[in-house]
Amino acid sequence: MKRLLRLRVNGETKEVAFETSKTLLEVLREDLGLNGTKHGCELGECGTCTVLVNGEPVLSCLMLGVEAENAEIVTVEGMSQNGKPHPLQKAFADLGAAQCGYCIPGILLTAKALLDENPHPTREEIRQALSGNLCRCTGYTKILQAVELAAKEIA
Amino acid sequence: MTRKKSLSVIGKPLRKVDAMAKCAGETVYADDLNLPRMIYAKLLRSPHPHARVLGVNAARALTLDGVYAVITGEDLPQKFGIMPSTEDEEALAVDKVRYAGDPVAAVAAISESLAEKALGTIDVEYEVLKPILSIEEALASTEESQRIHTWNRRANVQKAVSLEFGDIEGGFARSDHIFEGTFFYQGNTHLPMEQYCAVGSYGPDDKLTLWSSTQTPHYLHRALAKVLKLPASRIRVIATPVGGGFGGKSDPFSHEICAAKLSMITRRPVKFTLSREECFYVHRGRHPVKMWAKTGVKSDGTIQAMQYKTFLDGGGYSSYGLASVYYTGALQTVTYKVPAYKFEGVRVFTNKPPCGPKRGHGTPQPRFAEEIQMDEIAEKLGIDPLDLRLKQLVEANSVTINGLQISSCGLRECIEKVAERAEWKKKFRKLPFGHGIGFAASAYITGAGLPIYRNDMPHSGVQIKLDRSGGVTVFCGSTDIGQGSDSILVYAIAEEFGIDPADIRVVTADTDLTPVDLGSYSSRVTIMTGNATIQACGKLKLMLLEAASEALEVPADDLEFADGQVRSASLPTRGISFAECVVKAEGKHGTLGATGSYWPPKNPREFKGSGVGPTPAYTFSTSIVELHCDSETGEIKIDKVWIAHDCGRAFNPLLVEGQTEGSVYMALGEALMEEQIFRKNGLHKIPSILEYKSPTTLETPEIETILVETIDPEGPYGAKEAGQGPLLPVVPAVSNAVYDAIGVRIHEVPITPDKILRALEGRLKAVSIPKFDFPAPLKWQPGQGVQVEQKS
Repeated sequence: MKRLLRLRVNGETKEVAFETSKTLLEVLREDLGLNGTKHGCELGECGTCTVLVNGEPVLSCLMLGVEAENAEIVTVEGMSQNGKPHPLQKAFADLGAAQCGYCIPGILLTAKALLDENPHPTREEIRQALSGNLCRCTGYTKILQAVELAAKEIA
Repeated sequence: MTRKKSLSVIGKPLRKVDAMAKCAGETVYADDLNLPRMIYAKLLRSPHPHARVLGVNAARALTLDGVYAVITGEDLPQKFGIMPSTEDEEALAVDKVRYAGDPVAAVAAISESLAEKALGTIDVEYEVLKPILSIEEALASTEESQRIHTWNRRANVQKAVSLEFGDIEGGFARSDHIFEGTFFYQGNTHLPMEQYCAVGSYGPDDKLTLWSSTQTPHYLHRALAKVLKLPASRIRVIATPVGGGFGGKSDPFSHEICAAKLSMITRRPVKFTLSREECFYVHRGRHPVKMWAKTGVKSDGTIQAMQYKTFLDGGGYSSYGLASVYYTGALQTVTYKVPAYKFEGVRVFTNKPPCGPKRGHGTPQPRFAEEIQMDEIAEKLGIDPLDLRLKQLVEANSVTINGLQISSCGLRECIEKVAERAEWKKKFRKLPFGHGIGFAASAYITGAGLPIYRNDMPHSGVQIKLDRSGGVTVFCGSTDIGQGSDSILVYAIAEEFGIDPADIRVVTADTDLTPVDLGSYSSRVTIMTGNATIQACGKLKLMLLEAASEALEVPADDLEFADGQVRSASLPTRGISFAECVVKAEGKHGTLGATGSYWPPKNPREFKGSGVGPTPAYTFSTSIVELHCDSETGEIKIDKVWIAHDCGRAFNPLLVEGQTEGSVYMALGEALMEEQIFRKNGLHKIPSILEYKSPTTLETPEIETILVETIDPEGPYGAKEAGQGPLLPVVPAVSNAVYDAIGVRIHEVPITPDKILRALEGRLKAVSIPKFDFPAPLKWQPGQGVQVEQKS
C-alpha cells in the first residue's frame, strides 16, 4: 500500500507517495531520483548506502522510508554548499581517494558525520568511524589521508 | 620538430578527470540508468550443482499480470565463452546445469519483485547427478558417465599442459640441495562493491544497445552477436563506469545476454541487477590451486633447476581457464635466473561457480609457493633471504629460460629500497617471539602479448578530434574501472599538445563511437592506449606545426607545444595559442582528426603455450610485511606493509600509489581471511559480505609505497603496469613473516587462526597433491623457443 509522506532531504521538503515496504534507499533512488546513494548488498553489510539521518550515519537499506518522516536526511547530493564542494569531496578528489568511486558517497557521509562531531580526529578514530564502510579499490590509505586533509581544511 | 625536454603533465599528481563527479555522486553506473518504459528481469538459478534439465515449464509465470516474457535454454542455444577454443557456456542451461546457481530461465516483468515472484512459478524438472566438488574427485571421475562436459578430451580435465626448458635432469643432478614442497592457495572472489548490472534496449530501428558494468565491452559485443544471431553492426555495447572489477567483469555473462534477448522480445528496455548473493555465484574469481614445487640449488643458493606441478579447480565452465592454467607456470622464471625449468599444469572441471581472472590471474598462487620456498632455501643455507635473491636476479635486456624477453628491470632497486625503509637487517630473525618480518619478490606483465581471439588488428585504437575552440576530444574503447584509464588518455594528450587537461573531453567504452580497445584486463591499458594516443597526437602535430610555422615564420623544428601555445623554442615570446593554431591548421588541411594504434611487439618464440607470458614490459615488486602473531589465539595482526614497485614511469604517482595500495590490501584479504568455499550440496558456504570476511579499515595496516621508475623503452613515457603486480609479493611475505614470528611454516592461504594453532601443535598436515598423468612434456631449447628434437 502506498502512503503520501513528507521527507526532508538535503534541506528540501519533498512530498512523495511510495509503498510502505520500501527502504529509504529505494525511496531515495527510485522515487526521488537521488542516484548518488549506491547499494552493495541491501542487507546492511557493506556501508555503501550510508546517508545521514539527523546527522547520524544510517544504512539506508535497513531503514524504511516511512521511518524517515520528519527527519533531516542528507545524501551525497546535499554535501556541497552554495555550489561549492564540501572540503571532504575536494580532498577525496585531490588525493585520488575515489578509484571506482562506488563506495565513496557512503564513505563521504560517514566521514562528514565524524568531522561534524569531532573536527580533529586521530587516524585511529577515523579508522573506527569508517570501519563499517567497505572499499575494495583503495586499501583505505588515501581515504584516511583525505579525511585528515579535509579536517585540516575545515579547521 | 623539437621535443620538450621535461614533462609537464606526466608524472604530476593530478586529479582524475572523473574525480569530482565520483565525489559528487554524479557518476552514472549501470544501475543508475532509468529508461522510459524500462522493465526488470531476474534469473532462475539451479539449486543443484549437477543435474540434467529434463524440462522447464514457464506457463504459469506468463499468466501473471505484469510478466512480459520468460525465456529458457531453448531461446538461446548457441554456446559461447571468452576463449574461442573453449566456448562451453550457455546463457540459460539447455540440457544440463553445472553448478548451483547456473541460470535456467529468465523473466522480465513490470517490477523486480514481480519478476522474482514469477521465478517461483516456473517448474523445472531436474535429474540430479552426483556433483564433483574437488580436484581429487574430478581427476578420479574418469568414466564417461561422470563427465561435467562432453567436449573435452579427458573426462573432467579442461586442459593439461607440460613444458620443459633446458636440461632439467642435469640441473637437479648438479644441485647440492633439493627443496620440495606442496602448497594450497584457496580460491577467493573479487567482491566489487557494485553488483553486476546490465540494461538492454532493442529499438524500433532494430538496433540493440546494451549498457553493462563490464571490463571488456569489445569481447561482449562479439559474444552478443554470436549468441543472439544478430549482425555485430547492429549491436552497440556501452560499458558504464565500472564500480570495481578486479577481473570479475571480464567474461560475457548470462544476465547481459538475457537483458538483450528479453528486450528483443518485449521491445522495452530491460534491466538486470544481480543481488549480492548472485555475485558470489557468478564469481570467475581466483582459482583454488594445489601446487608441488621443487628447486635445486648449489650450496651458495644459486638455482640450478626449478619444477612445478599445478592443479587448478576450475569450477563448472572454461571461462579464461586455458590462459589461467598456463599462467600458473609462465612467470616463475621472471625474477631469478633459472637455467632449467619444467612446468606441468592441469585445470579440472568441478560443479562449482566457474573461476577466472582475478587480479594477478593465475600467478599469485605459484608465486606464493616460489617465494616461500626461496625463504626456506635461505633458512636452510643460512643466507639472508634478500642476499639469496640479490645474487641471482634477472637482468634488464635478457631472455628467460622460457623465452620471455625482459626489457627494463628495477628488481634490485626494489629489494634494496624496501629493505632500507623497513630496516630489514635490524629486524629479520631478531624480533621477539610472536613478532615477525617477511620478504617476497615478484614480477608481472604489462598487457598480454596476444589478444583473446587471433587477429592482426591493433590491441588498442584511439581517435582524436581537434575543435576550433582549442578543445580536444579523444575517442577510445578503453574501459575505466576506477584505475583511471580515462585520465591516462587526457594526460597523454595534454602532454603532447602542451594544453590544459581541462580542455580535453573523453568518450570511451562505446562500441558505436570508439575505436576498439580490447578491455581492462592483464594490466594492458596504460601502455597500449598511451602509445596509441601519442601516435595519434604525432600525426596531428605535423599538421599543426606546418600551419604554425607558416603563421609565425618560424621553422617547424624550432616550434614547441607548451603552456597552451605553439611557440618558438628559441624565442618563446613568438607564438600563437593552441586554439589559433588549430584554426590555422583547419584552414590549411580541412577538418582535423587522427587515429593512433598499438600492437604489442611480436614474440619471435612460437611454441604451444608461448602465447601466455610475453608482454611489452615486465614490472617487478617487492614487499616486506611486519606482523604480530598471537600463539594463544592464532590471530595475526599486520603492523605494516612496505611495497616497492617498478612501474616504469609513474604516469600519475597518485594513481600508481592508489593501485599499489589497493593491491596490497587485496593481497592481505587473500592471505588472511578471504575464501570462496562450498558445502557438500554445492551451495556457497558464505555468500554474503558479512560472512565472506574482507579487510576493513581496522584490519588494513599502514602501507608504505615506494615507486621505482625504470623508464621502459616500450612504455608511453616509459610507463609500465601498476594494477596487479604489487599484489603478488605480499601474500608469501605474510607467510614468511609468520615463520619469522612463531617458527611455523604455513603453505596455505588464507592463513587463518585455526591453521596457525594447528601448525603450532604440529597438526597442520602437508598439502596433499593429487595423482595425475600429465602429458609428455614438449621440450624447448633454453630461451629460444626452438623445440628439441624428440625421439618418438
